[in-house]
Amino acid sequence: MIDIQISKLLDGPYGAMQLQIDQQIEHGHMVTLYGKSGAGKTSLLRVLSGLMTPESGSIKVNNEVWFDSKKSLNEKPGKRSIGMVFQSFALFPNMTVRENLLYGLRPGTSKGLVDELIGVVELNSLIDRKPATLSGGQQQRVALARALVARPKILLLDEPLSALDQVMRSKLQDYILDVHRRFELTTFLVSHDVGEIFKLSDLVIHLEDGKVKSTKTPNDFFSYRHLSGKFQFIGEVIELVAEDVIFVVTVLIDNHLVKIIADSTTAANLAVGDRVLVASKAFNPIIKKI
Amino acid sequence: MDWTPISLTIKLASITTLVLLVIAVPLGKWLAYTKSRFKPILETLVSMPLVLPPTVLGFYLLLAFSPDSQLGQILEQWFGLRLAFSFPGLVIASVIYSLPFMVHPIQSGLTSLPPSLLDASMIMGKSYLTTLFKVELPNIKPSLLTGIVLSFAHTVGEFGVVLMIGGSIPDRTRVASIAIYDEVEALNYGSAHQYSLILLTLSFLVLLVVYLVNGGYLKRFWQ
Repeated sequence: MIDIQISKLLDGPYGAMQLQIDQQIEHGHMVTLYGKSGAGKTSLLRVLSGLMTPESGSIKVNNEVWFDSKKSLNEKPGKRSIGMVFQSFALFPNMTVRENLLYGLRPGTSKGLVDELIGVVELNSLIDRKPATLSGGQQQRVALARALVARPKILLLDEPLSALDQVMRSKLQDYILDVHRRFELTTFLVSHDVGEIFKLSDLVIHLEDGKVKSTKTPNDFFSYRHLSGKFQFIGEVIELVAEDVIFVVTVLIDNHLVKIIADSTTAANLAVGDRVLVASKAFNPIIKKI
Repeated sequence: MDWTPISLTIKLASITTLVLLVIAVPLGKWLAYTKSRFKPILETLVSMPLVLPPTVLGFYLLLAFSPDSQLGQILEQWFGLRLAFSFPGLVIASVIYSLPFMVHPIQSGLTSLPPSLLDASMIMGKSYLTTLFKVELPNIKPSLLTGIVLSFAHTVGEFGVVLMIGGSIPDRTRVASIAIYDEVEALNYGSAHQYSLILLTLSFLVLLVVYLVNGGYLKRFWQ
């Protein structure tokens, strides 16, 4: 069980903001932190990792106290049994893939773990390459493996896949899910991608202005109960074109462009770039293997 | 030709560069990361030699080092050091004079490193020193090389400070740039030519090395 009760004044992009979290998380869960940018998601990860010190409160992980303002106790980041994957990868450019992993190895640990992790993320053929010569997806796999070298209990992923294309994302999600289960981790994931959240997480914590707005399963969080449709997708509005009395809305769903007819009242509420739910009811979709 | 001015110049430049490297790494790191209110003041002090006439710096150092001054008396009584018109005095003056040429590249190199590299190293439980030597310095090699070479070349090219603080004592403080001035004064244009040509070649080669290495032109030879 992870028990987080902290308070920290943040200098956010929209002025000062109080990060106030009181949350318990079961061990072994994959938790998504969801919310607008500036809501405090990355700050919460930094507080957990010890890179940022809260003003007050406590952080307890399986009866170990990592932070307690009353006892002036604050474990250093290196003592917290945490692995972190940064949005920018943060691989050390001067070291090869293998050296990047070896650097994180705790004294007294066998180098066999490094080889095992390289195997898990399938980087065997790239161990002597420098990060700059790798693709974004390969770099992210190195970063993931490196975060696990110290055998952490908690894995923090700060928008780890946002710089990757859809195909690469999907593959890396499989790797994340694999290591999360294999190493029995509690994982915190910052993500905006609804598909990703559904695929990976057990729990969604919705942050708004530094506070927890809701804690739900992905299903409850993203379910749109006012619609009875069983066939529904989430996409992004790419184009709005008026034709006579109706509007044709082009929506990007995953990699597919779909044209949908909308009446003028619906279209008036839409703008290019909006995230929308596309649903249909009362028809029979055909499924066919390709 | 008397080679001592040349060897004295190289000796002075080498020692100065080494001392600067030891001073400038911690100083550059502090300047790169600090949020202290005193940062602008320290930055100004470091950059002063860029705009100050060398003679001004030399004049104040001469006053400070003179046996009549308090600092001069302390140095002489406690350490038996007389810095005015001596080689150690030249080294100290040169270190101050070339400080910006070493600190600036290191500071800007460290500032340009992504902060997440340090965060990653901290999470891995590495100390500040380990992070400095294993992550930060190896990733700013071009800045280090620029700092080393510019400090060396700048010290070789010193004139005003050396003249003020060191005078022109043969075998002790008479470096090449001073020797050239002396030879011209004595109308020995031949020797002045020789010294000048050596300094010209040295400066050209040293700067060429920086641009070759930092431009990546030599990579194919060691990879």
